Amino acid sequence: MEASERRVLSVIVINEASVLSRITDLFSGRGYNIESLTVAPIPDSKYSRLTIATSGSVRVIEQITKQLHKLIPIYKVIEHADLVEKEMALIKFPITESLSDIDALCGAYNGRIVNVGENVIIAMVADEPCRVGHFLESIKRFNPKEIVRSGAVALER
Amino acid sequence: MEINGSRMIIEALIAEGVTKVFGYPGGAIMNVYDEIYKQDGFEHILARHEQAAIHAAEGFSKVTGEVGVAMITSGPGFTNAVTGLADAYMDSIPLVVISGQVPMSLIGTDAFQEIDAVGISRSCTKHNYLVTDAKDLPRVLKEAFYIARSGRPGPVHIDVPKDVSAQIAEFDYSLPIELETYKPNTRGNARQIKKAMDAIAGSSRPLLYLGGGIMNANATEEARELAKTMGIPAVETFMARGTMGHENPLLISMLGMHGSYAANMAMSETDLVIALGARFDDRVTGKLSEFAKNAGVIHVDIDPASISKLVNANYPIVGDVKSVMEEMIILAKDKIDSERYAPWLETVAHFDELHPLSYKDDSDRLKPQWCIERLGELLGDDANISTDVGQHQMWAAQFYPFRRARQFISSGGLGTMGFGFPAAMGVKAADPERVSVNITGDGSILMNIQELMTCVENKLPVINLILNNNYLGMVRQWQTLFYDKRHSSTPLEMQPDFKMLAESFGGIGYVVETKEEFDAAIKDAVEKNVVAMIDVKTHRLENVMPMVPAGGSLFNMMLESKD
Repeated sequence: MEASERRVLSVIVINEASVLSRITDLFSGRGYNIESLTVAPIPDSKYSRLTIATSGSVRVIEQITKQLHKLIPIYKVIEHADLVEKEMALIKFPITESLSDIDALCGAYNGRIVNVGENVIIAMVADEPCRVGHFLESIKRFNPKEIVRSGAVALER
Repeated sequence: MEINGSRMIIEALIAEGVTKVFGYPGGAIMNVYDEIYKQDGFEHILARHEQAAIHAAEGFSKVTGEVGVAMITSGPGFTNAVTGLADAYMDSIPLVVISGQVPMSLIGTDAFQEIDAVGISRSCTKHNYLVTDAKDLPRVLKEAFYIARSGRPGPVHIDVPKDVSAQIAEFDYSLPIELETYKPNTRGNARQIKKAMDAIAGSSRPLLYLGGGIMNANATEEARELAKTMGIPAVETFMARGTMGHENPLLISMLGMHGSYAANMAMSETDLVIALGARFDDRVTGKLSEFAKNAGVIHVDIDPASISKLVNANYPIVGDVKSVMEEMIILAKDKIDSERYAPWLETVAHFDELHPLSYKDDSDRLKPQWCIERLGELLGDDANISTDVGQHQMWAAQFYPFRRARQFISSGGLGTMGFGFPAAMGVKAADPERVSVNITGDGSILMNIQELMTCVENKLPVINLILNNNYLGMVRQWQTLFYDKRHSSTPLEMQPDFKMLAESFGGIGYVVETKEEFDAAIKDAVEKNVVAMIDVKTHRLENVMPMVPAGGSLFNMMLESKD
């Protein structure tokens, strides 16, 4: 078995109906893995940008890139080598947890408390995906009720 | 001009030079059929099943090299056609398939005969469209033909809701195609080609590995010239049969699971594989880690995704195989000393002497291999040969003397039983001067038997040669070899009277048990020029040999089997 490695791809596609399902169908149909997928329109253009975090051997990643290129509405596939990568997470805590402890911890991960209601505290962080993972480990003792991760976005340096 | 969506489809087909459309009407496509009724720019041939309509379009396309066109209705009409789309996708056959869809206002409501057609066809077409406004139709139709035939060809599906086919909009087919996200590369990189030629010049046992891409590129002449100029032997894939021509001294034979001993040994012994329009299919390579183990690989293909997909290419060349071979021929005249490979040619010839493709003839009962050989002697280049899928298909590939491009029409990638008869029908519609034979088995033929009616009605005299062994022979062969002879659901003890069946549709039938009857039936069927079923009672337990068991190495062949 060839070693599997994590890769982030940016895929520039024409904004049209069903383009997303063409891509996800390709991944499921050919047995490729999607770790996370984000998509949003590129401002002032007819294109959207998808950021796909995936994993596989060098050969598999090469195939993914080539197979994506083959889809007609795909303009460009960028296989990132040197990139800046960020991910956001939202976390809901019970109001009984320590506001200041949570706030301090969030601060260390580019985050803060964004909402405090009658029953819950909502915090956000934005950092490298692996650091977001660490953060989510470290807040376990504050009994998080709900966690949402955005999936990675990336730019080539 | 302002016309309705249905008329646009007609006008576009005429503008694309379409002469024959295969199809089957139904509720959602009725607007288009109404316009078909009113026009005389092309002929519509009513198949008797949507799957057959697609296969007929495939056969038409395979023989002419043009885009095949089929038309079907929504729901079951479309789902019946899916097998055909998948077949064309696997074998890179350019098609434009137009389906009706329920009106826009009903999409998503589980309406009568509604199915998410583009959702289903996405994974078995090169591209597809759901047209939501008639003003998009001219662009979509033009793009569809362009996408189908350019780059690596393939089927394109257009789904047209019933209100869109009635909607009136501006039609201008002269607008240029603007597809900035689709620009197939046709010219191979010159430096890369030069490097590949240097590698050939430095090799001592190079082997041309010719694939179906050569047929698609209309490049059989170039392949022959390249082989001759370099003095390098060639193996053909199943899809490439006919490329080199049967008597060509540089042709070894077909390689792969049922390839010849010499072809598979040559592939195992070569030090440089020159892959031209071939995709290293598992039926070709056998066990990948043992495939051409000590060889470098030059891979020329129009589809970048085919290169280094399964076998790593040391010299990847993305481009149209015809233009790349033209450049290779020019360079070869300078760089390659064709005498250099004479010892290698001797080695290859020795392989062939050791275990040539052969079979033991039998005086009691006809051998299927004899039937194919004899058919080749009787019809030779004058016939287009389609096949269904199974043992008969492999024997056809092994024993028919193919000498022409686009002479052999068969379902390679998908392996679709039921392909042969409708394909042969499309072949006959495209090339009426030549005899169109469908070599088939007693299993496959029943999978699209209804096309007897289409053929009789449209005077498309296809000759069905049924190699009848009362078995689903290929599956039985595997059961015999790998499942301890447990012949589960493969004996076909119950059969129709194929002769009477043909006659009931207005065709002609023959029952053949001897060599004399075989010759007489073929001659009579060709002469009578009507749809024929020749029911040849063959040896029941014959196996296709040699054989590389699935997942085995090419050099580990079973050469004969006792059943």
